[in-house]
Amino acid sequence: MSLTVDENKALIEEVLKAYPEKTAKKRAKHLGTFEDGKPDCGVKSNIKSLPGVMTIRGCAYAGSKGVVWGPIKDMIHISHGPVGCGQYSWASRRNYYIGETGIDTFGTMQFTSDFQEKDIVFGGDKKLEKIIDEIEVLFPLNKGITVQSECPIGLIGDDIEAVSKKKAKEYVGKTIVPVRCEGFRGVSQSLGHHIANDAVRDWVFDKVDPNKNAFESTPYDVAIIGDYNIGGDAWSSRILLEEMGLRVIAQWSGDGTIAELENTPKAKLNVLHCYRSMNYISRHMEEKYGIPWVEYNFFGPTMIEKSLREIASHFDDTIKANTEKVIAKYRGMVDEVIAKYKSRLQGKKVMLFVGGLRPRHVIGAYEDLGMEVVGTGYEFGHNDDYQRTTHYVKDGTLIYDDVTGYEFEKFVEKVQPDLVGSGIKEKYVFQKMGVPFRQMHSWDYSGPYHGYDGFAIFARDMDMAINSPVWGLAKAPWKKAA
Amino acid sequence: MPQNVDKVLDHENLFREPEYKAMFDNKRSQFEFRVPAEELAKQIEYAKTWEYREKNFAREALTVNPAKACQPLGAVFAAVGFEKTLPFVHGSQGCVAYYRSHFSRHFKEPTSCVSSSMTEDAAVFGGLNNMIDGLANTYNLYKPEMIAVSTTCMAEVIGDDLDAFIKTSKQKGSIPAEFDVPFAHTPAFVGSHITGYDNALQGIIKYFWDGKAGQGTALTRIPNESINFIGGFDGFVCGNLPEIRRMLDLMGVEHTILCDPSDVWNTPTDGEFRMYDGGTTKAQVEAAINAKATISFQGYSTEKTMKLIKEHGHETASFHHPMGVTGTDAFLMKVSELTGKPIPKELELERGRLVDAIADSQAHLHGKKFALYGDPDLMLGMTAFLLELGAEPVHVLSTNGDKEWADKVQALLDASPFGKNCKAYPKADLWHMRSLLFTEKVDFLIGNTYGKYLERDCGTPLIRLGFPIFDRHHYHRFPIWGYQGGLRVLTMLLDEYFEALDANTNGIGTTDYSYDIIR
Repeated sequence: MSLTVDENKALIEEVLKAYPEKTAKKRAKHLGTFEDGKPDCGVKSNIKSLPGVMTIRGCAYAGSKGVVWGPIKDMIHISHGPVGCGQYSWASRRNYYIGETGIDTFGTMQFTSDFQEKDIVFGGDKKLEKIIDEIEVLFPLNKGITVQSECPIGLIGDDIEAVSKKKAKEYVGKTIVPVRCEGFRGVSQSLGHHIANDAVRDWVFDKVDPNKNAFESTPYDVAIIGDYNIGGDAWSSRILLEEMGLRVIAQWSGDGTIAELENTPKAKLNVLHCYRSMNYISRHMEEKYGIPWVEYNFFGPTMIEKSLREIASHFDDTIKANTEKVIAKYRGMVDEVIAKYKSRLQGKKVMLFVGGLRPRHVIGAYEDLGMEVVGTGYEFGHNDDYQRTTHYVKDGTLIYDDVTGYEFEKFVEKVQPDLVGSGIKEKYVFQKMGVPFRQMHSWDYSGPYHGYDGFAIFARDMDMAINSPVWGLAKAPWKKAA
Repeated sequence: MPQNVDKVLDHENLFREPEYKAMFDNKRSQFEFRVPAEELAKQIEYAKTWEYREKNFAREALTVNPAKACQPLGAVFAAVGFEKTLPFVHGSQGCVAYYRSHFSRHFKEPTSCVSSSMTEDAAVFGGLNNMIDGLANTYNLYKPEMIAVSTTCMAEVIGDDLDAFIKTSKQKGSIPAEFDVPFAHTPAFVGSHITGYDNALQGIIKYFWDGKAGQGTALTRIPNESINFIGGFDGFVCGNLPEIRRMLDLMGVEHTILCDPSDVWNTPTDGEFRMYDGGTTKAQVEAAINAKATISFQGYSTEKTMKLIKEHGHETASFHHPMGVTGTDAFLMKVSELTGKPIPKELELERGRLVDAIADSQAHLHGKKFALYGDPDLMLGMTAFLLELGAEPVHVLSTNGDKEWADKVQALLDASPFGKNCKAYPKADLWHMRSLLFTEKVDFLIGNTYGKYLERDCGTPLIRLGFPIFDRHHYHRFPIWGYQGGLRVLTMLLDEYFEALDANTNGIGTTDYSYDIIR
C-alpha cells in the first residue's frame, strides 16, 4: 500500500524542514500527492532548479546531442566547445544502431572541437570551418553534420549559423545543422529537445530537396517518433508495427538516418513514444504537412494491446484484423511470463524518478506483474506530462518534481519501496541502503524493454533485482541478532 | 517468435533472430539510403592505409575520440578526497550531472556533488546569487564540514570571481563566516582533468596554509619528520592509496595522504548510504605544512600543487606513476632518503616475489609489441614497466601530454634496447591511434574502456588500464602501485596474452596442436 494523502503531507513537511526557509517554500510546490479526480498531480514543474540542492537534471546540450540528434547514425555530431561534454556523453546512452562505425556511421564516436583558451578569446568559427573540412577528408561518407553548441558558443558570440550555411554551399547540398543547445539555456534537458526539434524543422525539412531519396508511398506508412533505441527498444517496437501490416518509413532517432528524417513528411501517421522530447516536431508535421500523430505506450502487455489497437484505429480493417492476430500471437508468451514472475513480484512497491515518458509509461508494465508504483516524478517534465500521469497513477501516489538528492533519499527511507527505478547517479545510493534498484534510463545495460519481446526481459530484470540473494547479505549475521 | 519465458533472450542474442535480421535488411534497403556497398568497402580499406594515416595526422582542428576529460572533473576528484567535503561546481548544472555519472560508471559508487545551476539570467548578470543561495542550500541540506568550489567553462567565460563571490555570500549570511570554502578556477578550455585536479588540490592546500583566503592567518611551518603523499588523478585510487599507506606503515614512516577518496568511493553495502566517508581531514591538511617533505606520485597531475608546496620549504619529489620493480624501487628509495628510514625486509621480500614472477613469465612478454594511451604520468610509468619486462612500447600516445612529455617518453625509449622503433605521440587522440594500429601493427593495446572500439576495428586485444573503465568491474579496487600492484599488472598482461594465444589455437583438428595445457 502507498502512504495516505495525510501521511505523504507529513512526510513532505518533514523533509522540507532541512531547507532554508526560502528554498523550502520553492521546493514545496514541486512535492505533492496525486488525488483521484484531480486534473494534474498537484505539483509545479519545468522551473529552474535551485542551486546547491543536488538536482538530478542535465542540460540543453544533453537534450539535443545526447537525446535527439546523437542517435542519427550517418551524420557526424560535433560537440562544439571544450572537450568534457562530448566525453561524458560518449556512447553512454546505448542508442543501438547497425553500421560501419567510423566509415558510414558515427554513433559511438566523440567528435569535438576541443576548445582551447585562444578559441574562447578569438572565437571558434574559423576552427569550426576547418573541422568541417577535415571531416570531409577523413569521413567522406558522412551524410551530414550537426554542430552541438556547448556553453561558451553562445557566450562568446560565435556565428555557427553563418559557418553552417557557408560550408553547406561549399560542399554542395550537404546538410549542416547548427544547434543552439548551449547548456545554460533553459532549466533542464527539455529545452534542448525543443531546440533540437526546431533545428530539424529549420535545417532539414525546410532545406531538403523533395526529390531526394524518393520512394513509393503506401497508405500504411508510419514513422516512429521519440524512440531512441536504447538497448534496441525501437527494434522490438518496429517489429510489432510491421507485423500489423504497417510500413515504418523512419525511426526518430534511434538507429535513424538523415534520409529517414527527410522522408518523414511522407508518413500517413506519426506514432509518438516519448512525447516530452518530440511532441514539437510532431505538432509541426501536423500543422505543415497534415500528418496526424498518436501517442502510444509499448511497456507491458496491457498498454501494448491498448496502443496497438489505438494505432490500428487510424487504418483500415485489414490492419485492425492483423492487429488482433499480433495480440493473439504474443498472448501465450506474455501469459507465461506473467505466470512465472507475478507470484514473485506481487504486491512489491516501486518508486520511480526518471525523465521523458517513463515516470508514467512504465507503470502499466509493473502493474502487469502485480507490482504497485507508490511514488514517481519527472526530471524535466512539464505540466502536460503531469496531466498525462493522472491516467496512470493511483490515489495517494507521492509525486516529486525535479527531486533533490536529499529528498529522494528521505522519501525512500520513509516509504521503504521494494524497488527504486532511476539513474546511475542514484543507483548506488539506494543499493548501499539495501534497496534493490534498476536504472530506468539505460535499462541497466539490459533491454530492450519496449514491445512484447522487451516485456519478457523487463519482467526477468525486475525479478532479478528484487529477488537477488545479495540483499539478504547486507546485514552481518552477528548484527542481525542484536 | 524469438522470446520464450524459459530462455529469455537478451539484446545480444534477440536481434540475431531471423525475424529481426529480416527487419534490419528491409529497413536498410528501403529507407536508409546508405552508401553503396562497393563505396563502403573501399573506404573501409582506405582508412587502414598509410595515405589515410598521413591525412589523419595532418589534422589541425578536429579531435576524434580523445583520451582526456575537462578540468572540473578533476576538481571534483580532488574535493571528494577530503573529509566531509562536498564539491560545489559553479556554472551550468548539466556539467555536474555528467561528472557524477562519469565517476559512478567507473567506480560503481555514488558521487555527491552540487551545482550552482546557472542559466540565461546568470549568463547576463553573473552567478553571484546562484553562489549565495547555492552555498546556503548545500550547507543546510548536506551538512558538509567543507565546501570545495570549482567552475565550469560557463562561469569562466563570463568571468565570475570565486573569491569575491564566496566572501559576499558569507557577508550575506549564506554560510557562517568561519566555514571553510576553498576554491579554484578550473576552466574546461585549459588543460584537462589532471589540470583540474591540480588546481583544486592546490586551492585547498593554499587555503589552509596561506590564511584561508585572507580570513585567517597564514600557518607557520615547524618542520617535523613526517612526509606528505599525493597520488594525483587515478582511476585505481581505491586500491592504490591503501597500498601506499601499507608500504609507508611497513617502513614506519609517519605520513599524510593529501586527498584520499579511497574510502568514499569504496563504501560497504550494509544498509547505510554514506555521503561522506574517510578522506583527509582539515587538521591533517593544516599539519601537513610541517612535513619534512612531500612526494607526488604523478608529477603532471600536480605541477602547481607541488610548486606551492615547494615554496613553503618542503623537500619535494615528483614521480610519473612509477610501476613495477624499478619504479617502486625508486619510490621507496626516495622515501628512505627523505626520512632516513630503511626499506624493511618485508618490502624486500615483496620485491623479490615480483622479480620471481617476472622471471617465471618474462618469456611470454619478451619482444611483444604494445600500443598504449592515457594520462601522461601513467604513460611514463607503464612505458618503463614494459621496457623492464622486455616488451616493446611501440606507440605511446597521450591526448593531454605535450611535447615536453613526449621528449621524456622518448628519452626512456632511447635508453632501452627494447625502445628501438618506438615513438611517443603527444596531443593525439584515439583516431590517430587507429591509424597507428593499422599501419604499424602491435600485439596488444593498453588503455581505458574506449580502447574497445580499437580492439574491435583493428583486432588488437585490449588490456584495460587507465580511466575510465566502464565495461569491466572492480579493477579500481586493486592496486597497480607498489610491488603488489606490479604483480597485478603483470597478471593482467599475461592473462590477455594467454587468452589471445588460446583463442588463436583452439581450432578443433586444425590449430589445436598448440592449444597447450601447460603454458
